[in-house]
Amino acid sequence: MFEAIAFYLFSAVTIVMFTITVMSKNALYSMSALAAGMIMISGFFFLLGADFLGVVQIIVYTGAVMALYAFGMMFFNTTRLVEEKVRAPKLVFLLSGLSALLLVIAFTAPIVSDHIEAIYPVVDGVENPQAIGIVLFTKYLVPFEVAAVMLLVAMIAGIILAGKKMDESLTLKVDADDEFQKKGSK
Amino acid sequence: MTLTEFVISTIVKILVVLGIFSALAGFGTYLERKILAFMQRRLGPMHVGPYGLLQVLADGIKLFTKEDIIPQNSVKPIFMIAPIIGAATAFIALAAVPLLPEFEIFGITVHPIISDVNVGVLFVLGVMASGLYAPLLAGMASANKWGLLGAARTVIQLLSYEVVTGLSIMAPLMMVGSLSLIDINNYQSGGFADWIIWTQPVAFVLFLIAGFAETNRTPFDLLEHEAEIVSGYATEYSGMRWGMFFIGEYTNMITLAFLASLIFLGGFNDWGFIPGALAIILKVSFLFFFFLWTRAAWPHVRPDQLMWLCWKVLLPLAVVNIVITGLVLMI
Repeated sequence: MFEAIAFYLFSAVTIVMFTITVMSKNALYSMSALAAGMIMISGFFFLLGADFLGVVQIIVYTGAVMALYAFGMMFFNTTRLVEEKVRAPKLVFLLSGLSALLLVIAFTAPIVSDHIEAIYPVVDGVENPQAIGIVLFTKYLVPFEVAAVMLLVAMIAGIILAGKKMDESLTLKVDADDEFQKKGSK
Repeated sequence: MTLTEFVISTIVKILVVLGIFSALAGFGTYLERKILAFMQRRLGPMHVGPYGLLQVLADGIKLFTKEDIIPQNSVKPIFMIAPIIGAATAFIALAAVPLLPEFEIFGITVHPIISDVNVGVLFVLGVMASGLYAPLLAGMASANKWGLLGAARTVIQLLSYEVVTGLSIMAPLMMVGSLSLIDINNYQSGGFADWIIWTQPVAFVLFLIAGFAETNRTPFDLLEHEAEIVSGYATEYSGMRWGMFFIGEYTNMITLAFLASLIFLGGFNDWGFIPGALAIILKVSFLFFFFLWTRAAWPHVRPDQLMWLCWKVLLPLAVVNIVITGLVLMI
């Protein structure tokens, strides 16, 4: 009974939160609602007994990804409303509604016809993180390693892009410019 | 245990933890003022009650009855929610921390942990990490430049030091082979010589430094650095909403002290003739005192020094520590 209550509670809150994210004109509302929705999704993982994935959901999406969005938001004035210009609102509504419906059908179809089969069923007596480790290092070894290499490449590229002129001090540079301008005005 | 018993015991535990830890957070402010005063050769609070003990109560009355000011141009709902996020995440993080060893009271065995998830460490760190939304949203919603600067510093500081916390904890976790705090505690059940701090001293130091940064304590309290950005994200806050940030910060400090003593200092195992429950309370108190000691002894760092320390010193050290631990474990 508790699981059912929790499930409906989490799903209702998740849907409300993501609706606010899409509908709100205030960037700050959208951002906080998106973060809250991400946390609510982790509730489903906990309900399904996937503790590890639930925690990873909180750490990665709420802790890291959303915080970076928030950092981006600081370049705008978040206390003002964002006026969007939508040329054909009906078309946008129709297209997004249709794609959402298609996604739901695509993901529920196998459940209806009972064709879902766990190739790697959960082994009894194995804890959650270990079960994920077993699957990651057997079935999904290649994608896992490829993702790791790609992340490394991205990290090195990021460091090189950001670190090119790191040793130059911006404040010293501004001072030098000011003095140059003073001399010029004389 | 039936479902009703489970529900009732969980609710009782939650209420007890909430009550005790919000009281401790209040008492923590008194301790902080007293210890700082002691180290600076002052008296500290002396007038309210014996040795100023009732100062906490007076402060509480002041906070509760103060007018709750909400600035005109702020985003009001977010401005009002932000402090609640701060206090709530701090308390939710405590849910997966085993506070004391099992004990019996009135013939009932009590497990002093609200929810024993088998990924306890990750849960606590993850929820503490999402506590960064409190200062972040507060700063962005309050339509104040100091607030915005404070929020920007929050994101930089907390995101950077989360990486160090995670990496520093990785080495002890590799040795234990479990993410459950109870398993980590049982791993060190052999006594004083089994403490993980003896095999992982580097990880312990890194974890403490990153913990100071994550709980916004003095060498790294740049989020609300009075001399530079007034009060950072909390500039526009007053009354109980400001108090909630404070409760959250102090609860985070206590959670971090619990984590450090569970992972590195032998947890709630018996320590010689000292029973386990007393042992962990002593360790947590010492770490709390250590937080205050550092505040009295060290000046602030500059923001650029903070980033330099994180990415150029602590992070490489943590990675090297993990590699060496892995090599030793493999051989």
